[in-house]
Amino acid sequence: MANKPIVDFEAIKNNLSNVSKPIQVLNENAEITDQEIFDTFSDDDLVEFMKKMVWERALHEQTMNFSRQGRMGFYAPTEGEEASEMGTVLAMKKQDYLLPAYRDVPQLIQHGATVTEAYLWSRGHVVGNKFKARSMMPQIIIGAAYVEAAGVGLGIKKNKEEDTIAFTYTGDGGTSQGDSYEGMNFAGAYQAPVLFIVQNNGFAISTPRVKQTAAPTLAQKAVAAGIPSVQVDGMDILACYAVAKAARDYMVAGNGPVMIETLTYRFGAHSSAGDDPKRYRTKEQEQPWFEKDPLIRLRKVLEDKGLWSEEQEDKLVDEYKASFKEAIKEADNVAPDKVSDMLKRTFEIPTPEMKQEIDKFEAKESK
Amino acid sequence: MAKKTYIQAITDALDIVLEDDPKTLIFGEDVGKNGGVFRTTQGLQDKYGEDRVFDTPLAESGILGLATGLGLTGWRPIPEIQFMGFSFEAVDQIAGQLARMRFRFDGLKNAPVTIRTPYGGGTHTAEMHADNLENFFTGIPGLRVVMPSNPYDAKGLLISSVENNDPVLFMENLKLYRSMKDDIPDGKYTVPLDKANVVREGNDITIVAYGAEVNEALKVADTLAEKNVSVEVIDLRTVSPIDTETIFKSIQKTHKVVIVQEAQKMAGVGAQVASAIAEGAILSLDAPVGRVAAPNSVYPFALGEDIWIPRAKEIEEKVNEILNY
Repeated sequence: MANKPIVDFEAIKNNLSNVSKPIQVLNENAEITDQEIFDTFSDDDLVEFMKKMVWERALHEQTMNFSRQGRMGFYAPTEGEEASEMGTVLAMKKQDYLLPAYRDVPQLIQHGATVTEAYLWSRGHVVGNKFKARSMMPQIIIGAAYVEAAGVGLGIKKNKEEDTIAFTYTGDGGTSQGDSYEGMNFAGAYQAPVLFIVQNNGFAISTPRVKQTAAPTLAQKAVAAGIPSVQVDGMDILACYAVAKAARDYMVAGNGPVMIETLTYRFGAHSSAGDDPKRYRTKEQEQPWFEKDPLIRLRKVLEDKGLWSEEQEDKLVDEYKASFKEAIKEADNVAPDKVSDMLKRTFEIPTPEMKQEIDKFEAKESK
Repeated sequence: MAKKTYIQAITDALDIVLEDDPKTLIFGEDVGKNGGVFRTTQGLQDKYGEDRVFDTPLAESGILGLATGLGLTGWRPIPEIQFMGFSFEAVDQIAGQLARMRFRFDGLKNAPVTIRTPYGGGTHTAEMHADNLENFFTGIPGLRVVMPSNPYDAKGLLISSVENNDPVLFMENLKLYRSMKDDIPDGKYTVPLDKANVVREGNDITIVAYGAEVNEALKVADTLAEKNVSVEVIDLRTVSPIDTETIFKSIQKTHKVVIVQEAQKMAGVGAQVASAIAEGAILSLDAPVGRVAAPNSVYPFALGEDIWIPRAKEIEEKVNEILNY
């Protein structure tokens, strides 16, 4: 018998790692690594991108402050993920549907919810879910948005809505849940216009990406569903925007879904509820990521072009933070939720028992 | 008017809702060309096209996620879960997402989804095919659970379920699919949700039942009528919410009650009826509440079903026990 195996599984396995480099426009030294994409942006575009990231960073800082003051409920920090979140969401149009995960509140605000509503969502008030945007509320079950997005995508297709797609987000941990495959597979089978975005920040709470899956990339998880996918430098807003926009253009031309994996990092904890990243991350591991801060690299480019200054940024941050303080005051003034209203919104047609309970609670609440 | 089986009545209802509302969609595993594994959707794809009646990949969470998303974009989905035991795969989408949609959006958006699924034993199916999971799903706020016991109700309740903007879990009894026929009016009629039906009037004792057990209760009523015992039989029809008013009214007349369910005794529908009676009508009773249910084992394999599922004999024994208390 010859030694040659019938199937060379080792070679097949090694070939799984044979993936192309993540798409990048600006590297961490603010050097342009893809001139062709870079040239598609005007100076105004670059300033706009910077403003959005400064806005998101300011939102994060102010929200953490509110959180420390005990004025917030559940909050998932976003510092470090500005390029991934703002880059992709800026490729959206108003008519697009958004199915965000819990860390994607900044995108929801960009898509039409108010900061006041976002704060009320965080605190757990129903008014926080009454935004006007075409969006689901931030999803807590990490894979669920993917299956729902397949339905939204099919709905868009059946409605024959032109120039409209669905954007949905999950994290690296979310790709382990069966729903993420089911969602991509359904969207693929129906060629529904859904942009699946995986923001791979390296950790699902404390579980590192390498313990999440043996797959060399998360992007290639879409391959099994027949969906084109790509990795992007998630600390580079120009790359994130360019790829999301290209994906959107591809889909509105009548092609099926696309998946994007952004390689990003959350600088802080998983949530403001007290998990301590020092338990599962080392300084040495984190330092290279801090150096990739998406704000630093774009700021350098803008400063070199004379389009940005520290004073300008400080002024913007002050303005943004003042607006967030106004927003939380507004949130403070919203009356507490009532049990009678909870009962009324459970069903459109109240059940006989609920009618009695509504009467009972209305009587109590009017006292 | 024509004699139709339970399954033909359901097909009739689906045909009507597809005809009436262009936003209704039927989808699930094998519902298209094959017409469903029981032929419930037979002919509907030919008549309404693949855009309205279509097959899905084999993934229950995906099917229900699709329903949620389609609901959000203005459609009125009628997804099918091929067998109720498969619905465990979709519990997050049903309980965690769909049933909460209206609540989460403060009424701004509805989830007008009717999930159809066959359930129930006595047909010797493979494991995970027959489970009576109403006990499980009736504990979910925001979800109606409807379980018709006969072809006439099946058609009228299904039309009501689809036309309603609240999500409904519509459970179709496997054993009843082809074992009974009714005179069914042609065209559209509805049977109201949330309303129990007094299917037989009587004065001596009330039997509260639903699904296939209603027919067992009626057999008992026939047998006892020969012994001059007058049995009132109530068919719940909607098992969540439960129409307690109809039950209380009956008990105030008969003063005795036996509650019958095909599912395991633990928690669930019968327990809910018993506790509602304890809260709202206990002084009308002059005997303990009688209960007939399957034992609290895992759902049996095919050859164990016939001795496990309570049928007329067990109901009759319990009714006699309560009558002679």
